[in-house]
Amino acid sequence: MKATTPREDLVRGIWEENPVLVQMLGLCPVLAVSNTVANSLAMGVASFFVLFCSSVIISTMRNLIPHQVRISTFILIIATFVTVADFSLEAVIPDIHRALGPYVPLIVCNCMILGRQEAFASRRPVGRSALDATGTGIGFLIAILLMGAVRELLGSGSLMGVELFGPSFEPWIIMILPPGGFLTIGVILLVIAWWGERRTSGATPSPWPEGVGPERTPVGVAPAEMAPGEGRDGFEHTHRSRGR
Amino acid sequence: MGDLMWILVSAMLVNNFVFFYFLGLCPFMGVSQRMATALRMGMATLFVMLITAISAWFLNAFILPWAPYLRLISFIVVIASVVQIVEMVIKKVSPTLFRDLGIFLPLITTNCAILGLAIFQTLRDYAFVQSIFFAVGAGLGFTLALVLMASIRMELDLADVPSVVKGTALVFLVAGVLSLAFMGFAGMLA
Repeated sequence: MKATTPREDLVRGIWEENPVLVQMLGLCPVLAVSNTVANSLAMGVASFFVLFCSSVIISTMRNLIPHQVRISTFILIIATFVTVADFSLEAVIPDIHRALGPYVPLIVCNCMILGRQEAFASRRPVGRSALDATGTGIGFLIAILLMGAVRELLGSGSLMGVELFGPSFEPWIIMILPPGGFLTIGVILLVIAWWGERRTSGATPSPWPEGVGPERTPVGVAPAEMAPGEGRDGFEHTHRSRGR
Repeated sequence: MGDLMWILVSAMLVNNFVFFYFLGLCPFMGVSQRMATALRMGMATLFVMLITAISAWFLNAFILPWAPYLRLISFIVVIASVVQIVEMVIKKVSPTLFRDLGIFLPLITTNCAILGLAIFQTLRDYAFVQSIFFAVGAGLGFTLALVLMASIRMELDLADVPSVVKGTALVFLVAGVLSLAFMGFAGMLA
């Protein structure tokens, strides 16, 4: 495995390798319980707790766990912490625990948690695993809160139960129903892909055929004739000149 | 009998595991590329669901009343062992089927639809026969979702879509529309 600095371990999971939006792991809870911000927060914090505790424990015991039965061992350790989280939620916030329903025990099946154990905690020291778990957990929280905010804002016109739009707002009921989850994550992924494509559009070949589309080449002007760092429209386009 | 049919139809269509409960999304995204694999994966899941439902009923009836905090852990262990046993039996009885299923069999262990089935069954206090109908309905619903998605994705491969939309975003948007369509079944049982 490539050597990384502690800072990289922490930051990587938050956006660059966001577990939900980039790696597509742990989608079930993100789609299922994100109909209000409060539910999203409870689910995010519970998953964060399970991920952090199991990462620390597994990383501590990484030399004791036989390689052949490691996955079963990981799942048992995760299931133990999920049981702890389940009972704690039931004791502290019974209303939200009821709203989350079967999805709290289903944290066991969150592939994000098992994936971090297999890819990181089972091979690295405790401190690094804790940092990695923190970063990934924050990334998961960001994703699920983003989903929850969009769906609650459009679906009930409020945030954390506070009405924002006044009485004349007609809520989009569909957003708090199951189809809203699929549509919201689809649109969010679309925006991220579009953003990524815009940022790298100079480095990769244009999808348009020669002579059409936004990057139309003026006839008779070869790219080599232009000064480096200068675009066809006269503006600075340093990132574009790299790929040509 | 009406009650049992209601459980079956409700698990299959109205409260479809994929489109209503968002369970089993990983295989739904992963193996819905081709029709044949989707169908086979659905059938394997249906089979494991059936055996899990029976085992979970036995656990609920005879062991868990005395140790409720072990519920989750025992379910997980049972599912992992059931998948392991099913894998060994299929390998012995029908090597052809075993080769066809390939990697999908062990993957079923981490499918949250299976654990979800066991948990729903516990929360709703299903009796033995009800559990079996619930498992069959859920399995058929999962297969239906996979096959529907696979057939749509095979057509989508030929469609000319902008490069930004290609990939998971489009699959999610299509799943959203399908989920919307499945909500229409809610009126059927009213």
